[in-house]
Amino acid sequence: MNDKIMIELKDATVRFNLATEKIDNLKEYFVKLAKRELLFQEFFALDNVSLTVKKGESWGIIGRNGSGKSTLLKLICGILKPYRGTVKTYGSIAPLIEIQAGFDGRLTARENIFLNGAILGHSREFMRGHFDEIINFAEIGNFIDVPIKNFSSGMSARLGFAIATVVNPEILVIDEVLSVGDITFQKNCVRRIKDMLENDTTLLYVSHSCNTVRWLCKNAIWLDKGKIVMAGDSDDVCTAYEKSVSS
Amino acid sequence: MGKIKERLIVLYDKRELLEQLVRRDIRLKYRRSVLGYFWSIMNPLLIMIVLTAVFSNMFRYDIANFPIYLLIGRAMFDFLNEATHTGMWSIIGNAALIKKIYVPRYIFTLACVTSATVNFVFSLGAVVIVMIFTKTTPTWYLLLLPLTIVQLYVFCIGLAFFLAAATVFFRDVQYIYNALITAWMYLSALFYPAKMLPPNIYWLVSHFNPLFIYVEQARSFVLYGSMPEPHYLWIGILSAIISLVVGVETFRRTQDSFILYI
Repeated sequence: MNDKIMIELKDATVRFNLATEKIDNLKEYFVKLAKRELLFQEFFALDNVSLTVKKGESWGIIGRNGSGKSTLLKLICGILKPYRGTVKTYGSIAPLIEIQAGFDGRLTARENIFLNGAILGHSREFMRGHFDEIINFAEIGNFIDVPIKNFSSGMSARLGFAIATVVNPEILVIDEVLSVGDITFQKNCVRRIKDMLENDTTLLYVSHSCNTVRWLCKNAIWLDKGKIVMAGDSDDVCTAYEKSVSS
Repeated sequence: MGKIKERLIVLYDKRELLEQLVRRDIRLKYRRSVLGYFWSIMNPLLIMIVLTAVFSNMFRYDIANFPIYLLIGRAMFDFLNEATHTGMWSIIGNAALIKKIYVPRYIFTLACVTSATVNFVFSLGAVVIVMIFTKTTPTWYLLLLPLTIVQLYVFCIGLAFFLAAATVFFRDVQYIYNALITAWMYLSALFYPAKMLPPNIYWLVSHFNPLFIYVEQARSFVLYGSMPEPHYLWIGILSAIISLVVGVETFRRTQDSFILYI
């Protein structure tokens, strides 16, 4: 572990406009414009969040549903842009926000490996070189040329995880995906994550399971209604969170 | 200028993804169909046969070599149609992906237009077949056809970007555009001689209808074996550039809000 900063958030705020959720055609827009009903119902999914993550650190992110955990991850991955404040990342990011996101069900596993690899920024030669490794980890040897829509959820979860972690990304971002999959899968995943952590990968792990957070992550941050309640050692934060939830 | 170079470098970086997306579209298009890619050639060919039968026998026009006249226009119109319609849905259709992983959004639209180009190239195979059948002699001017294709490609990219962005925010753009493209087809002299239009309409069409201009360019190279009128080339290139700039700027300025509306 050294002191290189991998992720830096300064006063990051993400604002959604709840009112315009209903307007998706021109007629509605002009009607509302004329009636001056283009209201702005502000909703701050994240409010003034500041966080610094250094290389090799592992951070768990816990909180109630709707507290902004997924929004924080999407902000870090570049999927959302902050309304205020800054988000900076230094390094390659492998996001596991719903593993099957990059899959096109109509294509076979083989075709999806290359497509997903390209989405994550890997070249075809690279994917070819790691092809066997991916198939072996996902244990889908007989199903390589079957369309993914015919896979079971466990199989596609394994495949997605295998593809995303095939290279050692510098930052690994996981959003509650380990809850899908049987015990063997979870064991394999955790083992791989531990291996990556030993190679100085930085980890961000959103979970509802405090036990996994305690075990996997050294630090944790507790979000509530878009604000950071507590950030620090994962044991302390988890205990505080559990106390507040049970009371 | 530096910014444009920057963007082109990013695009070059992402060329693998672009290639994978185009491959995906191509693979899925004719999967499970018996004749597969043969249809990209057969489709325009069959339509041309029907239209030639209708227009040669029912409406007598004085067009030498009507099949080629029609087929080139038809192939280019189909390309414009497919590129803009698939491009229009490129963002909304890939919403699941855009919401989970960071991918430059324009890659999807670009992939749609490029897939349509692959189809177009195949349909040019139909043109070659008909040229053989009608004993049309190719001239050296045929080698200049890529000039027109590039203009059309750039024009379609700009238009697709604009439509993709607009449809994210206003879903009824698709209906407006459907009406527009139908009118556009009839106003482009695809299956009738342009001179049939009343003079002032003809003037408007030959100066402001990019599709008509590109089709006339193509006909000059393939059919008449001569250079097209100079103003066709200038207006064609200008239209392509304007379309690209308007499309890219609209897309670029609104793309950060896409995720909130898909």
